[in-house]
Amino acid sequence: MHQFNFEPVRLPPAAVAVRREVRDFIAGEVASGAFTPSKNSWSSFDAAFSKNCGERGFIGMVWPKKYGGHERTALERFVMTEEMLAGGAPVGGHWVADRQSGNQILRNGSERAKAEILPKICAGVCYFAIGMSEPDSGSDLAAVRTRAVKAEGGWKITGTKVWTSNAHRSHYLIALARTAPKEEDRHAGLTQFIVDLSKPGVTVRPIYNLYGGHDFNETVFDEYFVPDDMVMGGVGMGWKMVTGELAFERSGPDRFLSTYQLLAQSIRELGPEPDDRAANEIGRFVAHLATLRRMSSSIAGQLQKGAQPAVEAALVKDVGTTFEREIPEVFRHLIPTEPTLARGESYAELLGMTMLRAPGFTIRGGTREILRGIIARGLGLR
Amino acid sequence: MSAALEYAPENAPENAPVDAGMRDDLAKTIDRVVEAHCGKPARESAEKGEWPQQLWGALDEVGLPMAALAESAGGSGLAFGDAMFALRRTAYHAVPVPLAETMLASRLLAAAGIKVPEGAITVASMTGAAKLKLSGGKLSGTVTRVPWGGQCKHALVVAESEGKEVLALVKTEGAAGATELNLAGEPRTVLQFKSSTVIASAPFENASMRVLAEGALVRSVQMAGALERSLEYAITYANERVQFGRPIGKFQAVQHMLAVLAGHVAASSAAADAAIEASDPAADEFMVAVAKARVGEAAGKSAEIAHQVHGAMGYTREHNLHYVTRRLWSWRDEFGNETYWQTRLGRMVAAKGADALWPMLTGG
Repeated sequence: MHQFNFEPVRLPPAAVAVRREVRDFIAGEVASGAFTPSKNSWSSFDAAFSKNCGERGFIGMVWPKKYGGHERTALERFVMTEEMLAGGAPVGGHWVADRQSGNQILRNGSERAKAEILPKICAGVCYFAIGMSEPDSGSDLAAVRTRAVKAEGGWKITGTKVWTSNAHRSHYLIALARTAPKEEDRHAGLTQFIVDLSKPGVTVRPIYNLYGGHDFNETVFDEYFVPDDMVMGGVGMGWKMVTGELAFERSGPDRFLSTYQLLAQSIRELGPEPDDRAANEIGRFVAHLATLRRMSSSIAGQLQKGAQPAVEAALVKDVGTTFEREIPEVFRHLIPTEPTLARGESYAELLGMTMLRAPGFTIRGGTREILRGIIARGLGLR
Repeated sequence: MSAALEYAPENAPENAPVDAGMRDDLAKTIDRVVEAHCGKPARESAEKGEWPQQLWGALDEVGLPMAALAESAGGSGLAFGDAMFALRRTAYHAVPVPLAETMLASRLLAAAGIKVPEGAITVASMTGAAKLKLSGGKLSGTVTRVPWGGQCKHALVVAESEGKEVLALVKTEGAAGATELNLAGEPRTVLQFKSSTVIASAPFENASMRVLAEGALVRSVQMAGALERSLEYAITYANERVQFGRPIGKFQAVQHMLAVLAGHVAASSAAADAAIEASDPAADEFMVAVAKARVGEAAGKSAEIAHQVHGAMGYTREHNLHYVTRRLWSWRDEFGNETYWQTRLGRMVAAKGADALWPMLTGG
C-alpha cells in the first residue's frame, strides 16, 4: 500500500514576503477599480490584469531567468496562487499557461519553443488552452483519435478536441494526438504538440456552457501542420507527460478555493454574531479549509524537491472539490435566498452563479471517479 | 483566544526537526510491547475492568507515560512531536491504558510547577467553568466521566479557588464512585471529593479551557492513529475477501468507498500534525479546534466506511476492527465534540469578520 506523503512544509521568509506583495498588489488593483473581486477567479479572463501580473513578476515565478522567469521556489508560487484566488483576482487568462503548459515546455519543449514562448507567458501576454479531451475521449484519455501523421519537417494533425477552455482567446494549445496505432499498450503511441492557434488549419467554435457563458470550445484540426521543433519531448512520450502534468494541475489551491468568495460573502451576510447553527457550519468549513491548505502546501513542497506526488494530488483534488461544492449547498439553507441568474454582486447572484458553476468543479481536471480510481490504485487495490 | 487566532503553522517558531530514525525506533518499541502484552485476552480483561498492569508496566519501562517530560523532571525528554507520535502509535494499536491522560497531566503539572508523581495520572475533562472548589488546601465537589478514575492513583483537576482557576493534583483514593464504560469499554468514573487534601495546587490562567484544548489535542492525535489502522484493516480485508470470483477490492464501488476513507484519513493526519506543531509548549486553541473538528468528523464517516467494507465480519467481536472503531466513536465526543469546536471556530471567525479570515488562515 502506498504511504501517503503529506509531510509538513514550512514557508521560507521569501514566501511570506510574496504573500504581502501579492496582497498589496491586489488591494491596489481593487482600489483603482481595475477589477471587482470575482467569484470565479481562475476562470475570469482579463488581459490587462494578466499583463500587470507579468510586469509584477507573478507569472513563471519558478522558471529560469533566461526564459523570462524569476527562479523563485514552488512555495513562493504556491503563496502567490492562493493569494490571487482568495483575493478573487481575474487570473484566468494566464492561469493554464503558468500552472501547467509552461512547465511542460520547460521540461520537454525544444530550445526554440522555450525561447519563443516562455518569455511571452511570463510577460502575461500569451495564453494556453488544454487539448486533451475529445468527443469520444474524456476520462478515457488514452482513447484519443486525433492523429498526427509525419510530414516533411513536421507533423500534420487531424481531429477534434473539446472542452478546450479559453481556446478562442488563447495563443497556443497543447494537443495530445496519436502518432502510432493503438497496440497492446494503449498508452504508447501518444505525443503532445504545441499548436499555434493563429496558423491556418485550426478552427475554434464556441460550446456555450449551462449558464450561457463561453469558456468551452470545440477545436478542429484539418491537416494542421506542426513543425518538428514544436513536438513536446519524444514522439510517443505523450502519456507520461500528461500524467506528470496532472500532479501540477490537481494539487493546487484552485482545487479548494473556487467558492471562497461565496464563503466570505456568506460570513459577511451572517454578521458578527451568527446563531449556533450558522456558527457551526462556518467553523466546519474553516476546519476543512485550514486542513486542505496544509495538504496542498505539502504537495507544493514536494514539487519543489522534484517529486511528482500524483496520488496525493488526486487525493487533494477529491477532498478539495468536495469541500468547495458543499459551500453553496450549506449556505443556501442559512441565508434563505432565491438564487438569481445574473452576473452581479448581490448575494442571490453570487449564490446563483456559484451553483451553476459547481458541477464543473468535480469534472474539470479529472472527474471525481477517475481520481478515486487513482487513489485506489495507490492503496494497492488495482 | 485572540492571540492564538493569529497563528499559522508556517509562521510559527521553528520546531525541532523531525528525527525519522527516532520515530522508527519508537514505533518498533511500541509494536513490540503491544505484541507481547496486548493480545486479545489482555484487551478483553481490560474491558472487564481489570487494570492491565503488565501492559502499563511495559510502557512505563520504556518511558512512554512521561515521554515529553524533561529528564530533570523525571521524564524521557522527548520532543513533544515525538511524544505525540508515540501516542498516535499506541492508539493505532488501540492500547487500553490512560497514556494520553498521563502525558497530558504531566505536561500541565510541569507547566504549573507541580512535581509530577509516578504512575498513571488521569485528568478530569470539563467544558466550561471549574466544578470543583478548593479552599484551604481541601477539595470539594464532583466530576464525572473521568478516564480510569478508579484505577489511576492521581488525578489532575481544575478547581476554583478564591474566584480564580487553579490546577490541583489530588489522590483518587476514596473519591472514586460509579464507573461507566465508553463505547470502547474504557472506564469513565465519577470522582467525588469531600474536603479531600490536595497534594499540590497552583494558579493557572484559563485552566478549564487549557485542559479542554490539551485533551482535544491528544484525542485528535489518538483518532488519527485509530483512523490509520481502520484504513489498513479495510484495505487488507478488501484484498483478501473473495466474492463473485474476485477480491471485493477489485469492485469499483468498493474502491471508491476506500478512496473516500483514504481522503478522511489523510486529512486527519494533516490536521492532527498541524495541531501538534502549533501546540508546543501549549495547546494552540485555533489549530486544536481545527483538528478536533476535522478529525472528529472523519472518525464517524471513516468508521462507517470501514465497517461497510468489512461486512458481517467487521460486526463481530472476532475481527479486531471494533477495537479502533469503538474508540473513534468514543473519542470524538470527549473533550468537546465537532459541534463544540466548530461553533467555537465559527464564532471567532464571524466576530473578526470575513476579511480577517484569510489572514487568520495564512498567519497575517
